[in-house]
Amino acid sequence: MTVNEKELAERVIEISGVNTRKCMKCGKCSGTCPSYDEMEYHPHQFVSMVEKGQIKKLMESKSLWTCLSCFACIERCPRSVEPAKLIEAVRLCVIRQQGANHMKACSVPDSIDENMPQQAIVSAFRKYSK
Amino acid sequence: MTYSYYPGCTLKTKAKDLDRYARLSAEALGVTLEEIEDWQCCGAVYPMALDEIATKLSAVRALDSAKRSGRDLLTLCSACHHVIKRVNNDMLTNDDIRLKANNYLKLDSVYAGETKVVHYLEMLRDTVGFDKIRAAVKNPLKGRRIAAYYGCLLLRPAGVMQFDNPENPTILEDFIKAIGAEPVITPYRNECCGGYTVLEDKKIAERRSGMVIGSAAAKGADTVITACPLCLYNLEANAHGEGAPVVKYFTELLAEALGVK
Repeated sequence: MTVNEKELAERVIEISGVNTRKCMKCGKCSGTCPSYDEMEYHPHQFVSMVEKGQIKKLMESKSLWTCLSCFACIERCPRSVEPAKLIEAVRLCVIRQQGANHMKACSVPDSIDENMPQQAIVSAFRKYSK
Repeated sequence: MTYSYYPGCTLKTKAKDLDRYARLSAEALGVTLEEIEDWQCCGAVYPMALDEIATKLSAVRALDSAKRSGRDLLTLCSACHHVIKRVNNDMLTNDDIRLKANNYLKLDSVYAGETKVVHYLEMLRDTVGFDKIRAAVKNPLKGRRIAAYYGCLLLRPAGVMQFDNPENPTILEDFIKAIGAEPVITPYRNECCGGYTVLEDKKIAERRSGMVIGSAAAKGADTVITACPLCLYNLEANAHGEGAPVVKYFTELLAEALGVK
């Protein structure tokens, strides 16, 4: 783990409030994740990889953008580890960097149609850009 | 009973039906909804990070407005309800967030989670009562087979939302019975519709919502009801083909049953 990665891991723990050491590796979070098939790293891997300080791999993963924030892993974790909070924290580590927004305003008109509710656009901006 | 009412941005634009039928039905049931002044968009997703303060402030402003009126704050959109209820819990239980939000807002008095946040469905169940609704129904929706779609935001995390049993909820089915229709239980009623990922990759929402609609159709539901504009959008976009149910806001069916549509 490089110095920079150690700092990143500490930041992820600090802003998520998650204690990865509570995890008993039952896999229920990934078992219940509706976006499992869309992810390269799954919720249980976020927990173990943050524990090991492998934040850069997670920051480069498309898993960050396919988590639905449906709170299924948070609700069903028997140890209240709450993996979605780690995914959110890693996502923020990416988009809080200058020029690193995942969704840019200029791309929005091509992704929407006349029925799409404002709620969808606001949510996506909150999750994908700063 | 009078509530401070928070409609939210989508109910003023793409989800006008959700709002309009809620107001008409509330009036018919003797409940007054007083829209709070100068409300702002809640942000649509709850900011989970502990160091996110600015993104929680619009919810605190709405909560403080209801507190100053001495009323409970009534919400309708699932996303607004989720955000405002969870931010309220932060203001009640998290010293750091409470201190920083109050330092920023400089309200007349410190806001510390005093307001009670009530979803429209909770108001129907707990204040009006489903028995009273059943008695007020003028056009019972007899013969209609309706599947309730809860989605994620009303139910989870149950410890904070305290809305219903997160794995086996009943409030919408009780509502469906009260308006004279038959509830259809489907296995995906509390699974995600795909939400905002529709802007990232439409196929995710297609797969998720396709499962919800497919299972409702297979169980013979003619209608699926929801309280969430984004769920309605995703479900409707994937409800095609023969036997696909129509997707409606629950408030539209309530207004229809009460004879105020």
